[in-house]
Amino acid sequence: MKPWLTFAWIAALRFLAEGRMQSGFILSGIAIGVGVIVFMSAMLTSVQTNFTNRVLTSQPQIQLLAPQEVARPLRWHDGVIEAAIVQQPTQRILSIDQWQTILAAMRARPDVVIATPTVSGSALAVRGDASRSIGIFGMQADDYFRIVRVPNYIVAGNSELGSDDILVGLELAKDIGATIGDKINVTTAIGGSRTLTIKGIFDLGNKGANARNAYVALRTAQSLLGLLGGVTTIDLTVTDVYAAETIAQDIQATLPVEADSWIKTNAQIFTAIRAQNLSSALIRIFVGLSVAFGIAAVLVVSVLQRSKDIGILRAMGCARGQILRVFLIQGGVLGFVGSLAGALVGAAALMVWHRYARQADGSELFPLYIQPSLFVSSAALATITGVIAGIVPALRAASLDPVDAIDG
Amino acid sequence: MADLLALEGIRKSYNVGTPVETEVLHGIDVTIHPREFVALMGPSGSGKSTLLNIIGLLDRPTSGRLSIHGEDTTQLSEAALTSLRGHTIGFVFQYHYLISAFTARENVMMPMLLDRGRPDATMERRADELLDWVDLGRWRNNRALNMSGGQQQRVAIARALAMDPLLVLADEPTGNLDTASADAVFELMQRFNRERGTTFLIVTHNHDLAGRCDRIIQVVDGRITEDRINVLERHSQ
Repeated sequence: MKPWLTFAWIAALRFLAEGRMQSGFILSGIAIGVGVIVFMSAMLTSVQTNFTNRVLTSQPQIQLLAPQEVARPLRWHDGVIEAAIVQQPTQRILSIDQWQTILAAMRARPDVVIATPTVSGSALAVRGDASRSIGIFGMQADDYFRIVRVPNYIVAGNSELGSDDILVGLELAKDIGATIGDKINVTTAIGGSRTLTIKGIFDLGNKGANARNAYVALRTAQSLLGLLGGVTTIDLTVTDVYAAETIAQDIQATLPVEADSWIKTNAQIFTAIRAQNLSSALIRIFVGLSVAFGIAAVLVVSVLQRSKDIGILRAMGCARGQILRVFLIQGGVLGFVGSLAGALVGAAALMVWHRYARQADGSELFPLYIQPSLFVSSAALATITGVIAGIVPALRAASLDPVDAIDG
Repeated sequence: MADLLALEGIRKSYNVGTPVETEVLHGIDVTIHPREFVALMGPSGSGKSTLLNIIGLLDRPTSGRLSIHGEDTTQLSEAALTSLRGHTIGFVFQYHYLISAFTARENVMMPMLLDRGRPDATMERRADELLDWVDLGRWRNNRALNMSGGQQQRVAIARALAMDPLLVLADEPTGNLDTASADAVFELMQRFNRERGTTFLIVTHNHDLAGRCDRIIQVVDGRITEDRINVLERHSQ
């Protein structure tokens, strides 16, 4: 007997050790349950973190646009509308009115980290016989590339843009048969045309974006799209990415702009994440319940098997509280040890998955984010579940009458 | 001689307040003195075990008064009874009832561990001393299930004596043993009674063994029908 252990701990550990087979089976059950939770939680966290990182490094968190043009009905006089049908107007590319003032206001906000103006619109990229429609983004590289990390995705050349340079995606380069240093003609619907040199080729990890996106300097885009001195959007990053929608609503309420947050523009994916989190929480609850019932069942049987021991202990002066603790500790120990084994099972499953689930080219599907807190919280939850599961059997054991227990 | 134990008008009924209420002890009056070695005899169903459970503070009488060293125990709380039981009474049961998860030494240490909360070297020394005394010193690290019935009962006696109790209650301690083992176990209890002065109250059906006790109390149908000093035994000592 270890001198630092109390009677309750000594008896609990001995009883568990003596019922080796029972303890082994329930520990395996707990380990599998906790292993599933660890594996599933780590996968979900990784998918979500990976997705969020990709979204947040390839698009601004809030985009300010010129408000949509609205056709107003013709009024005869107060309360009487002349026209029966109001046609929606076409949406021209318009500059944000007083964009410098708005930009300054954005930069002054404490919850905004970066604010940078951009000009974007459609164009045609032509090289020889090949032509492709593209979206051009004119921006101030210093600020914009801190929001959309194009330099991180450059696969050839570099991202330093002069007024006659352009960055294109991997697909577009392939489609028009161009490479670094080649020149392409970019023309727009309003007649703007420039010959630009490909300075860099990027791979954003999305085929559509690689085929359509092209980045140029702000002034180049302004001249191509006929917006000299104007900008079509102001892109923002904020201190708390998950507060982006609230901040966007606040900006829209106070300034004559339309503000779209990344949360709103990715609403469907957010709904999917929420559904995933909900189903994961439900799985956790049900696995937790089955673990709790398993522990309780084993302890109830243990109380029955040990009723004579309990009776003898009570006869020898063992208080009800001591008996209660013996069984609560057994529940907690089963939960804790089972969760440690489960953490190992979960971690091993993650390693195996990461080793064998690969893209066609052998690269990883997505990086795994395994947080130590996941293991700590799983162990703590399983231990608490074990103690709670032990309450009913422990109360039953503590309430045993010594005479009845000894007589069996 | 001052009373160690005094029972006055002890009655015990089961299913109280129901149509099948049954009284099994009908007013027991008896006193037990220090250093006595008493046999409690009677046919099956006579109420011996119920009486032993009440004396051992494992059960409460329906009415009557049970005093230990003059202190009335019938009004004590359950926690106080548990503590008093642990400190003053040792138990030996017919079926040994050692705790199988522990070794012989740990079983003997158990009453001291329950009292003090954590194991220490003095408990080990006391357990070893008692095991040597019942001649099981070299079996101290054996699990209970790896010992014979007689050996287990000797360990149970050592355990009953661990707290130096005033009174040891033994419910047919030799009932499950062969004659030689029964004799050895009985002799052990008598020796402890003689050498240490511990009081023993032993339920037995065995007239030969009862004949070796100082005093014989006969219980029939919940009443004491005979309570006599065993003169021969007294004289032989």
